[in-house]
Amino acid sequence: MEPLLLVLIVALVVVLGVGGLLLARRSRPGVEEDLRPTPPTAPVDTLAPETAPDVALEPEAPPVEPEPERVKPRLRDRLGKTRDAFTGVFSGIASRGKIDDETWDDLEEALILADVGVPTTTKVIDAVRARVGAEKVSDPERVVELLREELVALLTGSDRALGRAESGPSVWMFVGVNGVGKTTSIAKLAQREVDAGHRVVLAAADTFRAAAAEQLATWAARTGSEIVRGQDGADPGSIVFDAMSAAATRGADVVLVDTAGRLHNKVNLMEELKKLRRIVERTDGALREVLLVVDASTGQNGLAQARQFAETVDISGVVLTKLDGTAKGGIVLAIQSELGIPVKVVGVGETADDLIEFDPEEFVAALF
Amino acid sequence: MFDALSERFDGIFSRLRSRGKLSEADIDAVAREIRLALLEADVNVKVVKALIARLKERANGAEVQKSLSPAQQVIKIVHEELITTLGGTSGKLTMSPKPPTVVMMCGLQGAGKTTAAAKLARQLKSQGLQVLLVAADLARPAAVEQLRVLGSRVDVPVWSVPEDGPQDAVEVARTALDEAARLGRNVVIVDTAGRLQIDTELMLELKQVRDVVNPTNTLLVVDAMTGQEAVNVATAFDEAVGLDGVVLTKIDGDARGGAALSVKEVVGKPILFVGTGEKLEDFEPFHPDRMASRILGMGDVLTLIEKAEANFDADVAQRAQESLSKGQFTLEDFLEQMRQVRKMGPIGNIMKMLPGMPKEMKNAEVDEGEINRIEAIICSMTAAERRDPTLINGSRRVRIAKGSGTSTSEVNALLKQFKQVQQMMKALTGGGKRPKLRGLAGMDLSQLQGGN
Ligand SMILES: Nc1nc2c(ncn2[C@@H]2O[C@H](COP(=O)(O)OP(=O)(O)O)[C@@H](O)[C@H]2O)c(=O)[nH]1
Ligand SMILES: [Mg+2]
Repeated sequence: MEPLLLVLIVALVVVLGVGGLLLARRSRPGVEEDLRPTPPTAPVDTLAPETAPDVALEPEAPPVEPEPERVKPRLRDRLGKTRDAFTGVFSGIASRGKIDDETWDDLEEALILADVGVPTTTKVIDAVRARVGAEKVSDPERVVELLREELVALLTGSDRALGRAESGPSVWMFVGVNGVGKTTSIAKLAQREVDAGHRVVLAAADTFRAAAAEQLATWAARTGSEIVRGQDGADPGSIVFDAMSAAATRGADVVLVDTAGRLHNKVNLMEELKKLRRIVERTDGALREVLLVVDASTGQNGLAQARQFAETVDISGVVLTKLDGTAKGGIVLAIQSELGIPVKVVGVGETADDLIEFDPEEFVAALF
Repeated sequence: MFDALSERFDGIFSRLRSRGKLSEADIDAVAREIRLALLEADVNVKVVKALIARLKERANGAEVQKSLSPAQQVIKIVHEELITTLGGTSGKLTMSPKPPTVVMMCGLQGAGKTTAAAKLARQLKSQGLQVLLVAADLARPAAVEQLRVLGSRVDVPVWSVPEDGPQDAVEVARTALDEAARLGRNVVIVDTAGRLQIDTELMLELKQVRDVVNPTNTLLVVDAMTGQEAVNVATAFDEAVGLDGVVLTKIDGDARGGAALSVKEVVGKPILFVGTGEKLEDFEPFHPDRMASRILGMGDVLTLIEKAEANFDADVAQRAQESLSKGQFTLEDFLEQMRQVRKMGPIGNIMKMLPGMPKEMKNAEVDEGEINRIEAIICSMTAAERRDPTLINGSRRVRIAKGSGTSTSEVNALLKQFKQVQQMMKALTGGGKRPKLRGLAGMDLSQLQGGN
């Protein structure tokens, strides 16, 4: 017998055995408490004694840089510079003068290129085909119109307002994979809230990434929000807890909770997030939004992210970031279509003012 | 190993099995499925088209091999084609004959440049090189601080400008070279701000940074979760600053990673490294074959074989073989094998590589501490108990639990699970006869889950 093969088989079975055992343990409620709240990586930190985080409530600081003049961005303006090159598909469709297989292929390709994904694309195209048949459409340009209508229909009807508590602070929690723009999106919403005359507390519960609290502190100063932070490696749960009590005593209107980026397939990190959510729910503040931040350049994995985060922490909406680039963010169509989770706001740049409402018509117009 | 994808084609091909050659019609029939698989993996539509065209050319008229079904054969051709496309040397930077060797990282916001810079610094340092990290991302708040922290973790100096001084990335880059000379550093890694490829102002800044540091390696950092946009990004960065290689990040996620293929196809430069986790040692050379399997949705068996080859102790393997051929696999063997497997890396990572692993296990984040507890339980047993677990009665259980600092229910769970492992070993090895690896894929793995 080939030794390597044997070794592999033994290894496989052993791994399966261990894996099964771990899963079995995990499914027992009593053992769940074993999950450490601290991030499992960064071994230097894990041995640190479980002291209360050194929480500092920094007073409302004046904005460091007096920003010259603030212009509210619009998607159309942001997109204007690049989108002209993308009309090619449809001039092609229109110029052929009739609807044929190529028309459908072109439409499908346009949606796939926008990261809508095969299943949702197929669903939408089928709906358009049905209407083309029923309405006896022969003008290819009309097909494009119908496609737009179908896509807009898919996106309309959702409540995009961010939830607010009747009294006391409303809590909005931000979750997502690494680097999508959680912290920056918090800065943008903080700015919007402060501009509306609300008192804002930021909870720096990303204690994992190096200098993450620093980054949020800079935004707190720039936007005129307060921040509650601990040391690197501190327990995110206690920071959230402290932020909630700070918000209550200060009479804050909103608490924005920044969390460490995590890949949705890391079970321990997702469990940690679930715990964090529970901590928020146990305090006086009212958890009104759990927002999944999605980068517009994300491909089909975005759907898996949404599915897993929804399952773990029951997300209430999506923040779509980086729509100022050429990426179309079509994956949010799949997220809406498959999971019924709407986009609530959109990020279109790197400053605190670069936040816009999600407008389905505008979004669809920019898709192709 | 082609099982995952080939199932989809078996229907199409079952009627063709008797034919000797793959015909054009056969290939057309399967091409659509392959196209879908590649699109689901985020390979760019245009790249998919080019690939399918090449595939048709190669597959047309190919002899059907006896050992493979036509479906498997087409997939094998696709797989090979993907490897060729993704291929090229990997894992090595170009070293400048006139030090310092300069590496410039660039890419979109949030791709993972800063982390990749620190990981690369760590790796080069461990190879005995003197590295200097340069914090030229002055756009994102606290990016400099982030690099400083990471630099100190890997014990590599970081060159940066004070926050209250002028914030000019080009100036940071320029002065970095003097600093490198002063400190006698032979590698300089420049972290730059994330930027959209259509941001002309920032792209100009990047060109200026490049002009002052004159990089030996300009690396594009790409997030493995990127969708169709990857080609535009790669093309634009390549045109603007001229890329030498690519770093693919966050592949510890479950994205299929078609972006790798798209980027490779448009810039034609090697994918050098992959980021496989948040820890600074999670950085590995890129393997085209593994990525090809992943894009096609096949298990990462190759990596596993490689790791096993590198880490398994021949004696231990020999002992396992002996116990198995005697039809007995004891807790002692289990312990020994578990230790072997752990040498291959964290068990969680290994689970991800196995073909046919149940999703819950694949995605499980394994706490190595929990595995230590399993080890501790076995270690608290006497030699006799390890050979024959039926000896373990109630009082022995209490003793073992106490000795290992666990609970009796944990001991019970382990014993129960071990019984199943034993049965499985028997089934697989057929009592010492030649084992069938193929059988594994079809095996009912559910019996091993939740052995409680
Ligand atoms: N162009 C652009 N960049 C963004 C946007 N939102 C965030 N970013 C950038 O993306 C990078 C990662 O953002 P960050 O908020 O740190 O992500 P986090 O890791 O999810 O907290 C930073 O460089 C941000 O400036 C956006 O809407 N447009
Ligand atoms: Mg962050």
